[in-house]
Amino acid sequence: MNVRRPPGTLAAAALIARKDLAIEFRTRSAFLAALTFSLIAIAIFYFAWDATAVGAVDLAPGVLWVIFTFSGLLGLHRSFGVEEADRAIDALLASPVDREAVFLGKAIANLAFVLGVQAVAIPAVALFYNLPLTRVLAPLAGIALLAAIGLVSVGTLFSSMASNTRLAELLLPVLALPFFVPVVLPAAQSTARLLAGRPVAEAMSWLRILIAFDIVFVVACALAFPFTLED
Amino acid sequence: MTRTASPVEPTRDAALVSELAAPAASPAIEAVGLTRTFGRRAALRDLTFQVRSSECLALFGPNGAGKTTLLRVLAGLLRPTRGKARVAGVDLPGGGESRAVVGLISHQTMLYAALTALENVEFSARLYGVPSPAEAARRALERMRLAERADSPVRSLSRGMQQRVSIARAIVHDPRVVLLDEPYTGLDEAGASALSDALLSLRSAGAALVLVTHHLSEGLALATHTAIMRDGQFVQHEARGTVAVEAYRDAYREVVGR
Repeated sequence: MNVRRPPGTLAAAALIARKDLAIEFRTRSAFLAALTFSLIAIAIFYFAWDATAVGAVDLAPGVLWVIFTFSGLLGLHRSFGVEEADRAIDALLASPVDREAVFLGKAIANLAFVLGVQAVAIPAVALFYNLPLTRVLAPLAGIALLAAIGLVSVGTLFSSMASNTRLAELLLPVLALPFFVPVVLPAAQSTARLLAGRPVAEAMSWLRILIAFDIVFVVACALAFPFTLED
Repeated sequence: MTRTASPVEPTRDAALVSELAAPAASPAIEAVGLTRTFGRRAALRDLTFQVRSSECLALFGPNGAGKTTLLRVLAGLLRPTRGKARVAGVDLPGGGESRAVVGLISHQTMLYAALTALENVEFSARLYGVPSPAEAARRALERMRLAERADSPVRSLSRGMQQRVSIARAIVHDPRVVLLDEPYTGLDEAGASALSDALLSLRSAGAALVLVTHHLSEGLALATHTAIMRDGQFVQHEARGTVAVEAYRDAYREVVGR
């Protein structure tokens, strides 16, 4: 028998993320569903909007973050759904890679998914609400990235927990949404200040809260993840 | 053949415990007093056994006897509640070190339907750190007589072919311990023959096999040792000997009581 050297945590996470993205690229089912949901939601919000009562820059941050939150759930649900279909998760967990690598790989793939949806949804919202996107694109992209890190950390953990249950589709939002609030709230507040033309410094207090929750969620979820895999 | 309706005899347990203490030639799999409970229900009760290199333990028993739970404990997917289990000299749950030498085959294929057969096997090879993973994956698929369908998505393959891909996935890293849970499910004659050849080849290369099956003839064909499980215990555990399948079937019915 040859001596094998299994990949380290980061290399294994990269393998798992690449595999998940390859599956999503082949099927495109979750991504197309998330995009369709986002565009329909943007259109509904737009046609329900009374421009004389609420300004576009006041409404757009809420629209953006409602869309990111719920479209993200579609991808997060699928994250462990592909593993459960024929118990591929058993082969993954029986392999010599760390449980933390599984979490990290899933989270990286989910992050790519959420960022992909954001890359389409942000210009779409800017188009519908005639927002000055070019002026705030870089800081807005930074906020979107920071919020996405928090959302996928929590979502990956709860997706793993929910996937073993019969009511996974119901359980994931019930578990995850309360934990999304500390991420979505500062992200929406920071976005509102940016779109209102305020300087980035004015959003810094909210961004600090966002970064703090990112750190807490990434660490706590990575530590808690192995326990979600126990029978 | 000797049979007993009680769990493994205490004298035998004592002998195994003293063997575990001896440093020489450690078995590929060893368990002492292995117990696993789910809430109040004990799925495994105080199991003590060994499987050495080049041996195949065929596990028979009715549904709910604890056979799959035992394999999941040995695969590192479940923690023992009490007792000790050791795979390739590593106490379970032993992390990546023990899992690296184990191959797990189930009646569920554990494959990704959207990926090709080759991609599935290559992914597994990479997880186990197999050198030249693409070549190793192709060799494993050839071994399972599936080379011509290597680039087909798994979802386009028949159930039997998917099972053969699953077996290629499980043996691509030349495991020292192979755990098989109803591996013949869904296999046609060619697939069953390819699986038996692969398992015999692994066994002659020194791998230890634990085979869970309801099919006595398939199990006995590969087994060097047999065990019958009921209610989480071995109610019979012995060397295979030369007993005929029909005689063993009668013995099985007598022990299991159906």
